[in-house]
Amino acid sequence: MTESLAANRLQSTGAYALELDGVARHFGALVALSGITMRIAAGERRAVLGSNGAGKTTLFNAMTGDFLPTAGRIRFFGEDITDLPPHERIRRGLRRTYQISQLFKGLSVLDSIFLACRGVSRRRFSLLRPTTTDVNMVQAESILNAVHLEAYRDTLVATLSHGQQRQLEIALALAGAPRFILFDEPAAGLSPTERRDLVAILNALPKHIGYIIIEHDLDVALRVSEYVSMMHNGRLFKEGTPQEIEADPEVQEIYLGGKHG
Amino acid sequence: MSLTIATGTTPQQNWLERLGAGHIILAVALVLYPLVASDFFLTQIGGYSLVFGMLGLSLMLLAGYGGMVSLAQITVAGIAAYAIAILGNNNSNILGFGWPWWLAVPFAVLAAALASALIGWISVRTEGIYTIMITLAIATATYYFAQQNYAIFNGHSGYAGIRAPAFWGISWRDPRPFYYLCLGLAVLSYAAVLYGSRSTFGMTLQAIRDNPRRMRALGYHVTAHKVFAWALAGVIAGLAGVLLVWFNGRVSPGTIGVDAAIDVLIIAVIGGLRHPIGPFLGAVVVVLMQTFAIDIVGAERFNTLIGMVFLVIVFVSPDGILGLWGRIKPHLAQESLRPGP
Repeated sequence: MTESLAANRLQSTGAYALELDGVARHFGALVALSGITMRIAAGERRAVLGSNGAGKTTLFNAMTGDFLPTAGRIRFFGEDITDLPPHERIRRGLRRTYQISQLFKGLSVLDSIFLACRGVSRRRFSLLRPTTTDVNMVQAESILNAVHLEAYRDTLVATLSHGQQRQLEIALALAGAPRFILFDEPAAGLSPTERRDLVAILNALPKHIGYIIIEHDLDVALRVSEYVSMMHNGRLFKEGTPQEIEADPEVQEIYLGGKHG
Repeated sequence: MSLTIATGTTPQQNWLERLGAGHIILAVALVLYPLVASDFFLTQIGGYSLVFGMLGLSLMLLAGYGGMVSLAQITVAGIAAYAIAILGNNNSNILGFGWPWWLAVPFAVLAAALASALIGWISVRTEGIYTIMITLAIATATYYFAQQNYAIFNGHSGYAGIRAPAFWGISWRDPRPFYYLCLGLAVLSYAAVLYGSRSTFGMTLQAIRDNPRRMRALGYHVTAHKVFAWALAGVIAGLAGVLLVWFNGRVSPGTIGVDAAIDVLIIAVIGGLRHPIGPFLGAVVVVLMQTFAIDIVGAERFNTLIGMVFLVIVFVSPDGILGLWGRIKPHLAQESLRPGP
């Protein structure tokens, strides 16, 4: 059933952004990922759900190159990226955010985004100060608006609230020309208002940018995704539309503790 | 003076406003200082503070912006000083190629920058206390090597009879010219670091200090940026080394000993690592203490007094004199807002 759905999506968008074939990752005797095969179309927005330790973040790390998979192949827009270092994947347009914000506490918000834009450009080194008309600075300003941080342009990152730091984390992933983004629990620790903001930011992303979002908050996950993959004990356990997943009795048993429905 | 790290200036400001009132007052005071200072105060306090301020600045650049605390900055300065002795003239009857100053100085500073980059390249794979340890090991090894090598370093007596150049009809070793020479190079280094802190490279270095993993993931070559910062710090330390050897007229292993290495660290820590003015404030305090403590408590206890003053400063303000100023300034501002009597 899932394969045919994916095939339908492929016809409508023309290409796969990510193809995983039998991806596995072992840490010694611990099997963190096993036999993950996924097809994600360009521009698709997918949620990956699962309880703690299900292997969701390990899956992200394998895709971004933070850890290399023990077995299996990963293709990004048709190109085999299994053995590429993280920054090469970033240059090809694959981005991620981190579950725990990985920011530059001593820099201002704008400068952080500027450096992220600069990192994927050709000229990364300069002894001069960037001008306001610098291509990367202009792009940084527009990303600032996209993540609703324009009021904190010159604020030191260390003094931002947790929610604002999460927004900046998304901003860093939007730098350059992302084609696909992996969001690792972007809503963790956010207030209800900040969650609404986050849903608005994600839904306002340009349509050609696909993403996978790991999210514990079903309310957020199901509002920002078109398709859902469930993971359990390092395996893909079920895939379907948000409605199918929400209604599935097995999913409720494992993920929701059988309390819903 | 604005000691907070500036976060962008509005384009409407003219250059005087952008310079800031603090910088202008300080510049005028430093330029006029020779009018009131004796020769002793001009060189032993003024010149020395500026030279040691530059050494502290080279450490501040690495530690404040790059998160790398080095104990080898005096070693780097020493390499420039030895290079001046070897490439130029000395009266120790060893080497002394007799190059003119305008050829010897660029080569000496280049040698310092390369040595610094090499030390950096060796130590960037370490972090925190291990960087301190490895640079201390390099500084100590260089000290003992200089002491035991006669072919290049002329052993423990080193080189003497090195003369500061005389050109444009000025003998640059004379107190007033030497003070202005130190001031010129110190201001140049300070301005370069201040400008550089907001340059793309400066921001990159600070981001690497805060989160090297993320910077690597963003596509930056972390090691190359760190090593380049070491080379830049080497240029500043090298210039300070040239001034030092011109002023002293001699260089020996004692110049680059562990005592001197620790002095540079104390200057940077006492002054504060958050802004490039910090090391210069620290240098003034340390040079004044080292010069006058002996008059206050006598020859036997003066180191105790110096140590206590440092302890008090660090105890009251972990950010050094800069941090102290940061705490006093808001109170002063409040005071000036109150209506007069």
